Amino acid sequence: MELLNKVNEKLKINFADSIVSAELLYDYPVFTIKSEVINDVLKSLKEDEELNFHFLTDLCGMQTADEKKLGVIYHLHNMPKNYRIRLKTFVDINKPDVATATNLWPAANWMERETYDFFGVKFKGHPNLKRILNVDEMDIFPMRKEYPLEDQTRTDKNDSMFGR
Amino acid sequence: MAKEIIKRTKLEIAKSPEGLEGPGFFATKLEDVVGLARKNSLWPLPFATSCCGIEFMATMASHYDLGRFGSERLSFSPRQADMLMVMGTIAKKMGPILRQVYEQMAEPRWVLSVGACASSGGIFDTYSVLQGIDKIIPVDVYVPGCPPRPEQILEGVLKIQEMCQNESFRRRESEEYKNMLNSYGIE
Amino acid sequence: MSKETTHTVNKEVIEEKEYSTLNLGPTHPATHGIFQNVLKMDGEIIHEATPTIGYIHRAFEKLAERRPYAQITPITDRLNYCSSPINNMGWYMTVEKLLGAKIPKRAEYHRVIIMELSRIADHIICNSVIGVDTGAMTGFLYIFQWREKIYEIFEEICGARLTTNIGRIGGFDNEWSKKTWDLINTFLKEYPKGLQEFSNLLERNKIFMDRTINCGPISAEMALSYSFVGPNLRAAGVDYDVRVMNPYSSYEDFTFTIPVGTQGDTYDRFMVRQHEMWQSLSIIEQAIKKMPEGAMHADLPDFFLPPKEQVYNNMEALIYHFKIVMGETDIPKGEVYHCVEGGNGELGFYLISDGGRTPFRLHFRRPCFIYYQAYPEMVKGIMLSDAILTMSSMNVIAGELDA
Repeated sequence: MELLNKVNEKLKINFADSIVSAELLYDYPVFTIKSEVINDVLKSLKEDEELNFHFLTDLCGMQTADEKKLGVIYHLHNMPKNYRIRLKTFVDINKPDVATATNLWPAANWMERETYDFFGVKFKGHPNLKRILNVDEMDIFPMRKEYPLEDQTRTDKNDSMFGR
Repeated sequence: MAKEIIKRTKLEIAKSPEGLEGPGFFATKLEDVVGLARKNSLWPLPFATSCCGIEFMATMASHYDLGRFGSERLSFSPRQADMLMVMGTIAKKMGPILRQVYEQMAEPRWVLSVGACASSGGIFDTYSVLQGIDKIIPVDVYVPGCPPRPEQILEGVLKIQEMCQNESFRRRESEEYKNMLNSYGIE
Repeated sequence: MSKETTHTVNKEVIEEKEYSTLNLGPTHPATHGIFQNVLKMDGEIIHEATPTIGYIHRAFEKLAERRPYAQITPITDRLNYCSSPINNMGWYMTVEKLLGAKIPKRAEYHRVIIMELSRIADHIICNSVIGVDTGAMTGFLYIFQWREKIYEIFEEICGARLTTNIGRIGGFDNEWSKKTWDLINTFLKEYPKGLQEFSNLLERNKIFMDRTINCGPISAEMALSYSFVGPNLRAAGVDYDVRVMNPYSSYEDFTFTIPVGTQGDTYDRFMVRQHEMWQSLSIIEQAIKKMPEGAMHADLPDFFLPPKEQVYNNMEALIYHFKIVMGETDIPKGEVYHCVEGGNGELGFYLISDGGRTPFRLHFRRPCFIYYQAYPEMVKGIMLSDAILTMSSMNVIAGELDA
């Protein structure tokens, strides 16, 4: 709880109107930030002397339940003091632009490519935003809820009997 | 005078093929001899992609030695290999590469599909996994399992050896074989 | 002791030269796994490496959105398939965190034993394969025998050798049999001799040391900026181990040291894994000695299959059995992130649940995927054979890379 308050105070100094929510979920302080300032927020959290989130644990994407927004989720870690927080930011699905975090952590490079590959989130300023796990010719973003899991071009399976 | 021979292990020497034996000669069919030689010297190409590859490493190691059956020398170059062992999931991205490797192998060649993923896509009924390598290359023996035990992989190899021994010389030139290859689009 | 490499002097001259392109293709005997590297080379020295991955992308995250919680364990098996029990336990702990369940100490100690055994299995593969890549096949053949012994232990408990699907959400289904404990005790007695034999072959072997020292080094700052974790990070000098920093499953009850390297080169990575194997043995011995009494499973009626005698005789037990197997139990809404120390480092599970029978979003934080990004940086300017050795010492498992 005190980490939540500490980070909240620090963020309010510069970004008071960009914090959409701050809550404690299962021992993790979780902040939802507006997508326009997410890079500045990450930079301030990384360079702050007391908080110093120097390690990017994870960067992933998600789609909200109403299927209208895409989210990018950052997990940050401060190893010497063992602080862990989560930051979320949401963008509209028709214009999913987020600033890249590769200028702060080189580790974000492939993680952002994976998020682009799965959800279609375009990271502005990314050096090499191409598909990484799927075939290069794929034109859909498979993790979005609208696309099915199975390959639709199969001819040898009859789903009418045992449905999916 | 001669020392008594004590057999400490139950080794079975490879049986010689049926034939006519005489003083200093042994007459048999050429196909039998060639089959015997081929089956006991299959050089595998381990195309190990995922978890089944680790079971293959266990098969190659000393406990379940694959070298006993003549496959001591693994060949990673398709041009020097007889048997293509596809072990693990083949994704759609990997399909063209598997096809290229198969086309580079010289006749006679056999394909062993190890594991559920290679045989039919396994538990991964997804958009990115090829549902069985027999969609792109002809397969001789399928070894089911996820992953199959090394004993099962060895049985797969033994079945290929059986096919190898009983294969006629003309099979690879026959119309039926050529039609089968054409159905896959392989010349 | 350390070779003076002259590639830094050559760098200025290289700019005017022509490069040849070498495709270290997806199928290659020395890349242990399916990933491609297109190398721009100046003779033997690598100028640039462009990795391509995704050749074994099996869409785990999308698959997990379709399967109920108890059925996701077989998918987690196939992430880092050399040490599948650790992945399984990590998944169970994530779900237990979501449910807020408290696991009895006895079950947690059993989990620790399984996780340390699988860590030994993972490090056996990595270290023996480093040996094979330098040409030392003997170490591989000798020490793989011990992996068979670990497989026997797993087989006694759960029936499978490699992709184990071991345990349940909430603990274990049964007490372990006497044969399992006999196998574990024999392993603890005999394996040190095998490990010592393997160490004698390679650790202070001049040829091996000359080959691996200063081969693909990485500094601690660069390692942290590329989000390295696990033995690769510890070899660079940072003592970050999830078991110590965020203890889970009663790891705080055990005393063990974290081996840390200095230069982050291949020899350091090899030695860190060797010492971790010794530490794992000590943890297993402590767990067996201090094993408390108690239940093997938490009281989670929504996840624990009732005993078979009741299922066949009692209506409620039958209904529960059916509901649990089909995944029609109630899961709370929420999102949780839990990490465990896998064979390669911090394996994280980010789970968002919307109350349905399957997860809304499940993301695996895969250490291999994240630290493999640093490979092009690490091999710039070194020779091809050293690059192969660097790749195999980083323990890149294709299943974890692509998921």
